[in-house]
Amino acid sequence: MTLAITARSGEAAGRRGTPLFTPALTAATARRVLAQLRHDPRTVVMMLAVPSVLMILLRYVLDRPLALDRLAPEYIGVFPFVIMFIVTAITTQRERARGTLERLMAMPLGRLDLLAGYALAFGFVACVQVTVVLVISLTWLGVTLPGSAVPLAVVAVLDAVLGMALGLFASAFARTEFQAVQFMPAFVLPQALLCGLVVARADMTPVLRWLSDVLPLSYAVDAMQRISASPSWTAAITADVLVILAFTAAALVGGALTLRRRTR
Amino acid sequence: MPEPAVLAPAVAAPVVVGSDLVVKRGGHVVLDGLTFTIGGGQVTGLLGPSGCGKTTLLRTLVGVQVITAGSVTLLGLPAGHPVLRARVGYATQEQAVYTDLTLRENLRYFGTVLGLRGAALTGAVAKTIAALDLTGLDKRLVGTFSGGQLARAGLAVALLGEPRVLMLDEPTVGLDPVLRRDLWGLFHRIAADGAAVLVSSHVMDEAARCDHLLFMRDGRFLAQASPAEMLRQTGATDLEDAFLRLARAPVAPGDGQTAGDGPMAGDGPMAGGPVAGGTA
Repeated sequence: MTLAITARSGEAAGRRGTPLFTPALTAATARRVLAQLRHDPRTVVMMLAVPSVLMILLRYVLDRPLALDRLAPEYIGVFPFVIMFIVTAITTQRERARGTLERLMAMPLGRLDLLAGYALAFGFVACVQVTVVLVISLTWLGVTLPGSAVPLAVVAVLDAVLGMALGLFASAFARTEFQAVQFMPAFVLPQALLCGLVVARADMTPVLRWLSDVLPLSYAVDAMQRISASPSWTAAITADVLVILAFTAAALVGGALTLRRRTR
Repeated sequence: MPEPAVLAPAVAAPVVVGSDLVVKRGGHVVLDGLTFTIGGGQVTGLLGPSGCGKTTLLRTLVGVQVITAGSVTLLGLPAGHPVLRARVGYATQEQAVYTDLTLRENLRYFGTVLGLRGAALTGAVAKTIAALDLTGLDKRLVGTFSGGQLARAGLAVALLGEPRVLMLDEPTVGLDPVLRRDLWGLFHRIAADGAAVLVSSHVMDEAARCDHLLFMRDGRFLAQASPAEMLRQTGATDLEDAFLRLARAPVAPGDGQTAGDGPMAGDGPMAGGPVAGGTA
């Protein structure tokens, strides 16, 4: 056995420690996550179909075109967020439980390689997921928007990626898959209640309003409400998007900090 | 086996050096002041009952377990040093492979993480699959593997980067005897290429297959020696008997932990034996 050890694992890289992030390893991790999904067609079908099925349900439950035009964009922002959260929380918890995370942490893989790899792979799935639900909403369900569908699609994908990042972060606090599943109601449902979907944020008592202000989903829904009310992109939408991106980055960095190479 | 050949490498080329190593987990002492060396070019057996601290010792050497006191170096670097991440192979008892990927996808991913690219990666994957007799299974999902195949898939990942130090936690538990013999042959071939191979086991009949032994009990080493030396020192007929005699012998505090050429126990059956390592 005399294979050469390549430069990356050599002394030069090692002196400074394993880099937090290496493009080739991030890409390899994203490919690996997508390969795992490819071998699990049932999960793929559920990830792609569930938001659309929920939209179709919403359409017939409401049964009023005007109400649907107002509510559909908000839900297009929330459904992929919720599904990405739960899928990611469980996937990464499984990685911890099966020992593959410990193995990777004992290898020269950067902590951000793992998180960014997941983000890329699930971000790609989110794009497909949002495209499917948008196409169905705008054609079959007859949702009409004041302007182009592109801002809606972009923000919906960002919401899904935000859900994924929060799921990654939350999974660090789950000891078992059972606990990870419970994070869905624990992390997501309070946000769903406070984000302006059920009651307008302006109508909430001050304490609830403050709570709502610090929860990421509020900004996701706010952006969607503004997009469905305005024919063009506005500065307020940009502000919402920046907050969404900031939460996503914070959750990814927080997730990286919870990945420990050593345990006590 | 001629004695010098057995004893010399551990002293001449220590790849792993532990010194007064203490590890506490949850307020409980798991490793209680271990001092030892593990040589390159030989297979060292870490033998002891379940729960005696074997896995914690391996995790410490890999660098994923925080050390409470003392030190361990591998290839001259402290355990867990980033340079070691591509040079130390580790196979846990739970195989730690992706069951929803094929064997080839698993090996290609872990190989990439270890820094292998292109032809070197393809070559390493093919070689590892052949070495573990997994040929023909490379396109199957690991989740469909039998227990023995799964165990070898886990080992394959540990072997991928041609590690200089290879640590295997109970790699042959529950495997068919033919497969077990083949794997021990493989471990010796890897050691013959210069690697330090450390294999843990709670099954005493595996001890005879090792070049060097670490007998462990309750977080301490009872003895460190070659199998032949172990029998000679204890006067036992087999290694299980040797372990029992050592376990019975009262071990004085601070004694019986020393890296040396022979088993050491303060008193008891071996008092007056030819080797007296002491703690000096």
